[in-house]
Amino acid sequence: MNVLPPIAMLAELTHRCPLACPYCSNPTELQAAQDELDTETWADVFRQAADIGVLQLHLSGGEPASRRDIVELTAAARAAGLYTNLITSGIGLTPRRLDALEAAGLDHIQLSLQGTNADLADWIGGYKGGFERKMQVAHAIRERGIPLTLNAVMHRHNLDDLERTIEMAVELGARRLEVACVQFHGWATINRVQLMPTREQTEDAKRIVAEAEARLRGVLAFDFVPPDYYSDFPKACMGGWGSAGLNVTPNGTVLPCHAAETIPHLTFENVRHRTLSEIWYDGDAFNAYRGTDWLPETCQTCDRMEIDFGGCRCQALALVGDAGATDPVCRKSPQHFIVRDIVEAAASEDASDFVYRGKELERLGRRCQSKQA
Amino acid sequence: MTLALAADDRPYLPRGVRVVEDRVRGGKVLLAPEKAIALDAIGVAILSRVTGTASLAEIVADLAATYDAPEAQILEDVQRFMMGLRARMFLGVRP
Repeated sequence: MNVLPPIAMLAELTHRCPLACPYCSNPTELQAAQDELDTETWADVFRQAADIGVLQLHLSGGEPASRRDIVELTAAARAAGLYTNLITSGIGLTPRRLDALEAAGLDHIQLSLQGTNADLADWIGGYKGGFERKMQVAHAIRERGIPLTLNAVMHRHNLDDLERTIEMAVELGARRLEVACVQFHGWATINRVQLMPTREQTEDAKRIVAEAEARLRGVLAFDFVPPDYYSDFPKACMGGWGSAGLNVTPNGTVLPCHAAETIPHLTFENVRHRTLSEIWYDGDAFNAYRGTDWLPETCQTCDRMEIDFGGCRCQALALVGDAGATDPVCRKSPQHFIVRDIVEAAASEDASDFVYRGKELERLGRRCQSKQA
Repeated sequence: MTLALAADDRPYLPRGVRVVEDRVRGGKVLLAPEKAIALDAIGVAILSRVTGTASLAEIVADLAATYDAPEAQILEDVQRFMMGLRARMFLGVRP
């Protein structure tokens, strides 16, 4: 197989985060601070990434600003020649730190938005005062002219505020707005009933984004990730497994996507033991679902095979129990009824409280107690 | 707003957008927020003339002279290319 060089790398610098969003993309088993790679190792990983063709580096977490060395890491990334993007909640980005990041050559900031007002945003993020601080950070970013994308993670509880969300992106001077409907992995799966949008919300969102895109042409660019449970076809996860991007976790484990560790039969390698190049080209986990040869019959006979590559492996595993199956979001999947059933059940179920990231056991414990009572 | 540039408009690459050598794949690539676009020879020829001071008309005239091609044809290509970048906020314009 002709394996192309990777274009983008997501560096999950830490799993630590002051927020506790119930849809966090981090795994449900979070890594501890003492297991994180140190500054010099990350710097070496950035150089290796640039050497094998990575152009875009996303410094993420957790909250990347929770790393005391975030400025040094940014400088190391730029020195390696990488386009450097900070994916942040904004918490921890003081004006002084923003100045230092700017001086270190940070190219762009992607700021998350949990909701359009403090009540909603702080409830979703599980962090009181977070919204107000985020707005201060957004203004400080604007003052400095650092290119900004607002990443609005959307779900049942905030999709009705989509129009206000778009206005806010313009007010905050963002060039780009990601309307990212929650993907159901990890924490979001635990909170699926709470987060699942209705079909009506989904249809409204598509219309609102299309109208805003036309109205704000040249002012704000949009990236829209619709809720895939309502789609006819699955998303091409990562643009195809092991084809464009890779993900490094806080302890140096290299993954084909952020949720890949949920696939139990795969083993993942670590930058502490092998080079990034060897892991990308020869690693078993990367080769497991590369290309199209492994795809099931449903996909092999489909004219969209090279468009969506069978969809998301983690979703196939989570819903069908087989990471090698067609993503059941696809209407052609023999197991598509599973997705339909989940959507219908979510519509009729009462949404209980969120299980916040990092607080799973505590919350589940409390829920069990209240059931016993 | 319309994305089409007027003849006097002076396009520029805004902060956070730059053209670099792709030392692994070869050629040049446009780097922008969370996006990398491989440039073909035409893209490189256009963007190398986007200085922030040259107007659209000057860029088109320069390209037409360099490649000995009709200005109308060049204008169409340049306009299409620049409108695509503008829609994604990868290109700014000063009057």
